[in-house]
Amino acid sequence: MPSPAQWDSTRAREIIASLTALDGAALPILHAVQQEFGHIPEEALDEVASALNLSRAEVHGIVTFYHDFRRSPAGAHVLKLCRAEACQSMNGAGIARDVLANLGIGWGETTPDGRLTIEAVYCLGLCACAPSAMYDGEPVGRVTPEILSNLIAEARGQ
Amino acid sequence: MSRVFVSQDAASLAVGSGRIAALVADEARRRGLALALVRTGSRGLFWLEPLIEVETAQGRIAYGPLQPSDVPELFDAGVLEGGAHPRRIGRLEEQPFLSKQTRLTFARCGLVDPLSIDDYGAHGGFVGLDRALTLNPQAIVDEVKLSGLRGRGGAGFPTGIKWDTVLHATSDQKYIVCNADEGDSGTFADRMLMEGDPFSLIEGMIVAGLAVGATKGFVYIRSEYPHAYRAMLEGIRVATDAGYLGTSVRGSGRAFTLEARLGAGAYICGEETSLLESLEGKRGLVRAKPPLPALHGLFGQPTVVNNVLSLATVPWIMAHGAKAYADCGMGRSRGTLPVQLAGNVRRGGLIELAFGATLRAIVEDFGGGTATGRPVKAVQVGGPLGAYFPETMLDLPLDYEALAAAKGLLGHGGIVVFDDSVDLSRQARFAFEFCAAESCGKCTPCRVGAVRGVEVMDRIIAGVEPAKNFAVLEDLCTLMTDASLCALGGLTPVPVMSALAHFPDDFNKTPHMPAAAE
Repeated sequence: MPSPAQWDSTRAREIIASLTALDGAALPILHAVQQEFGHIPEEALDEVASALNLSRAEVHGIVTFYHDFRRSPAGAHVLKLCRAEACQSMNGAGIARDVLANLGIGWGETTPDGRLTIEAVYCLGLCACAPSAMYDGEPVGRVTPEILSNLIAEARGQ
Repeated sequence: MSRVFVSQDAASLAVGSGRIAALVADEARRRGLALALVRTGSRGLFWLEPLIEVETAQGRIAYGPLQPSDVPELFDAGVLEGGAHPRRIGRLEEQPFLSKQTRLTFARCGLVDPLSIDDYGAHGGFVGLDRALTLNPQAIVDEVKLSGLRGRGGAGFPTGIKWDTVLHATSDQKYIVCNADEGDSGTFADRMLMEGDPFSLIEGMIVAGLAVGATKGFVYIRSEYPHAYRAMLEGIRVATDAGYLGTSVRGSGRAFTLEARLGAGAYICGEETSLLESLEGKRGLVRAKPPLPALHGLFGQPTVVNNVLSLATVPWIMAHGAKAYADCGMGRSRGTLPVQLAGNVRRGGLIELAFGATLRAIVEDFGGGTATGRPVKAVQVGGPLGAYFPETMLDLPLDYEALAAAKGLLGHGGIVVFDDSVDLSRQARFAFEFCAAESCGKCTPCRVGAVRGVEVMDRIIAGVEPAKNFAVLEDLCTLMTDASLCALGGLTPVPVMSALAHFPDDFNKTPHMPAAAE
């Protein structure tokens, strides 16, 4: 996964300007900003509001509505575990509970070393290969505790 | 030059098809064997994956499920000539799972190179569009009406009638919006089709544009589907370069352009008005209806909002005629449904069947029962807002009206199998929890009701004052059903009430004395 960049208002304005002409540009812009900086920095809200002629409050409202948009950076790696019904039927919940307990973190939290964030996702469309997960954007099916501990060890550089 | 086909569908990648493809290419190179690797979508027989298919004189011979360590031995066994090997399956077409299906919408998925216009054309692609280009708009709409196609997203509204409404609306700008926010657990047909046969969706949307007078289309894809998004982006680019999209479709002088857009993790954006709000760059709040999107939709303009499968089925209908489609099915459910069999099941995957097949045939004959080998206890049909049915109700047929009559819903055709380790009281609690997490927040019955629902279920699960809490539960469910603004709040009571009705033992949590012998 490419490392997120440090906040750079010139770069942000470039990104935003390249997408402003789209119909209903807010989501494409926010995705692009998060892709670049790893999250939606506070400073970005003003830039987006200004480009789209919206109030800062409106942009704040859009950002906070959608689960994808982060207000602060994630860990170096992100592991999404599916919590939905098909994955529940194959003990996805039990596996997730153990992973979180072993790491000592809750859903959406990052390990103290900053290497790994565990997030909940509701369905990846891999339902015939349950339980499933997504590690740094790559799909993982037929998840077992062993598969996850290997990914976690890799994420933490162990 | 041998051709070897390997799926790059996200589920195939999830079980290792990418690595297998790389190892096969490497091994061939090491042995000096000429090999062309074709990356396709999946055929949807996931229990056999990761698999490869080798093109031979006898047809495509499949080998799977494969481990990386199998690859050298496969070559030793003469895999490129279809040689014998413990993992040799033979022709997938001869697998009963596939041969018993009626693949109309999914005819090409897993067979073709998804981004090859030539391959698409060689497999019946664009016949429907070419015919539509010769017809006047009303004739196209009438064909879709006659086919009996109903919205495959889940609402089951007659597609032709929706298109008719938009055709007759007056506006200088109309839109076709494809709802590819396939958020229901247990569903993956839209994802598979976008990845495996993106041109079928593109062709369907162009036909829709011709039918109603829309010159612009959007495909709104949930962000949990990055592979499908990339496939659609590329498909749109290829189709545009080939003259199927742009200012003059096939040189007809009629314009249609398409944009793929990414959602941002909100389940509610699968509800059509929330989706439109999101496309417009806002919070995905649900709109009251009327007005219908058909008259006042995207940016206030007349808009067709249809599911991926509804749109991708249109080319088949235009090519083969409405009657051919309507001839399959039962009652008022005409044509085929791509069923998605998922969860705790031995043989999960994509099963396209004419309406009328029973749940039992799907779960037992196709599916082979549970993956764990334990008894089937419950089957949830239609996604998280669908009913949980016990094994005794599996003789229900795939039919919109029959499932509604059983207080369930067919929805987008997802079927999730649970074995006897499931506790339906916890599933009922989850239904409320999910609703609370995904509620857009606009209407009180959903926003507050879902949270109260979790609390009531927690008390019931803890065995606290059951009679009182069951009364509250029923009252809450009635309220959410009757007063919610949309189906998220409105249908959350469906799985809850079905769990209570069909699995009452799971809700009996009153503390009792432990068995003395233990």
